[in-house]
Amino acid sequence: MLVFVIRRIFYTIPIMLGVSLVCFALVHISPGDPLVSILPPDASVELQEQMMAIYGFDRSYPEQFFRWLGLAMQGDLGNSIATGRPVASEVFNAVGNTLILAVTATIIGFTLGSLFGFVAGYYRDSWIDKLATGIAVVGVSVPHYWLGMVMVIIFSVELRWLPATGAGPGGSSQWMWDWVHMQYLILPAITMSVIPMGIVARTVRALVADILQQEFVTGLQAKGLLDRGVLAHVVKNAAPTALAVMGLQLGYLLGGSILIETVFSWPGTGFLLGQAIFQRDLPLLQGTILVLAMFFVILNLLVDVAQTSLDPRLQRG
Amino acid sequence: MAVTAENIVPLATVDKSQGYWRAVWSRFLRDKVAVCAGLVAAGLVLMAIFAPWIAPADPLQGTMLKRLSPIGTEGYPLGADELGRDMLSRLIYGARLSLFMGVVPVLIAFAIGSAIGIAAGYLGGWVNTITMRTLDVLYAFPSVLLAIAISGALGAGILNGLLSLTVVFIPPIARVAESVTTSVRKLEYIEAAQASGASSLRIVRDHVLGNVLGPIFVYATSLISVSMILAAGLSFLGLGVSPPNAEWGLMLNTLRNAIYVQPWLAALPGVMIFMTSISFNMLSDGLRSAMDVKQ
Repeated sequence: MLVFVIRRIFYTIPIMLGVSLVCFALVHISPGDPLVSILPPDASVELQEQMMAIYGFDRSYPEQFFRWLGLAMQGDLGNSIATGRPVASEVFNAVGNTLILAVTATIIGFTLGSLFGFVAGYYRDSWIDKLATGIAVVGVSVPHYWLGMVMVIIFSVELRWLPATGAGPGGSSQWMWDWVHMQYLILPAITMSVIPMGIVARTVRALVADILQQEFVTGLQAKGLLDRGVLAHVVKNAAPTALAVMGLQLGYLLGGSILIETVFSWPGTGFLLGQAIFQRDLPLLQGTILVLAMFFVILNLLVDVAQTSLDPRLQRG
Repeated sequence: MAVTAENIVPLATVDKSQGYWRAVWSRFLRDKVAVCAGLVAAGLVLMAIFAPWIAPADPLQGTMLKRLSPIGTEGYPLGADELGRDMLSRLIYGARLSLFMGVVPVLIAFAIGSAIGIAAGYLGGWVNTITMRTLDVLYAFPSVLLAIAISGALGAGILNGLLSLTVVFIPPIARVAESVTTSVRKLEYIEAAQASGASSLRIVRDHVLGNVLGPIFVYATSLISVSMILAAGLSFLGLGVSPPNAEWGLMLNTLRNAIYVQPWLAALPGVMIFMTSISFNMLSDGLRSAMDVKQ
């Protein structure tokens, strides 16, 4: 097990380097001068050169990359061009809010998805199965940003039950788990949960149907074990894969929350990205994407390790 | 002897592949859900092609007096948007750019990704390792994030949107292509072809392509639904297609401010995205199960 973990960590290091190289390249594939948004159009050549030197744009690419990487590893992601504030602290604040949203959505999506998937796989080819499979297909095909708009239309505009946008009276930095704040979380979290729900339902359905066909289940039934007991065995066998899918989905939601955060003006990383795109604030864009991508890589690593420790058969693979 | 062998082998493969595809087709026709989905998808494509003949009005010409007219207004069956343009016409015309932005990246990625994956899978060894490890880096990004990162850096525009989506879909397609090719390469008839002295290029062309392109293609069709949602999502964020073009994601974006005035009008473009994405999804599911020989 330890060998596996160490090997897996070593495999992750080049991926992380590659990911940071891609993030670094983002600033350089963008057309035009990266400083164009803060310098006045009539800035003197001298001032331009001065700013280039401050931001380090006047050195060679490898030099810039390693300098940037070194600073990033110390937690310095540079300063936002639009606001002048350090990118790291902006991203740090926003990541917390995105985590609140994504974790809630993953829990809802996983609970409902495994319920639907389990019932569908257990009563395979019945009408329940067809219904659950249908819900799963809708879940993966619906444009979630549009679903968010529809939720706002129904529950905020028409029924006036829940607030449409924002994260509560405290703004972006004072989240609390009370009703005043949580009512702002309900609509975005449910909207976001639809994606993992569909995928978890599909996976669990296939898993359960597959496990039920295996000989050991027939053996358990022949032994006279009650359905409840058989069920426990099925759950135990399906759990590692289902949990792994859940972990990966959390990663996708963290990275993909921008569209839903835009719809609900949720003050997380997606909102930050939207701002960065709108103001062409490249250091902010780069820093946010780097943090989110690293989250995803590390989450992948943790999921792999957790899955392998739950299911030792995977170590041999 | 050599002549007959060369004549028999291609004939035999052609015959077999025809039989296979015919079987796939008849299995597909028996799947009612998939056929319905296929008809809807075909209808959407036809709507895009014949938009100028179907649409009742000019999608770009608006009357300020009619702005945000509700659904069912005289002369505006689905209402008018925030600039007084006929919604129905814009939805019909919108199919053009929306389908283009959703389908083209997958097609380009299919071509590039298959080429990379087949080459890596067939050549194996260090070529395989280097190629696949490099692609793993792009794979390490959640797809939405990568698409937004690239087009966010490049800025708005149709070409930038296409480019970023293509980059997103190359790694998964290459991965599937590589694994299918690796499994085919180990089969005995490839070994026989190698022993008979055929060149790599020829083996790939005559013996590998026919066996791997089908599965890769089916996988690629399953990405169209994702691509539609992502492409419209980029425009929804102000990347991708820019105004005044008619594109469903962009229409959702510009109508979002009207959500308190004409809520259901604002939601209409999303219905089109949803319809397209779900029909392509079910079509691809149907294709996959029809091609699954084990059934």
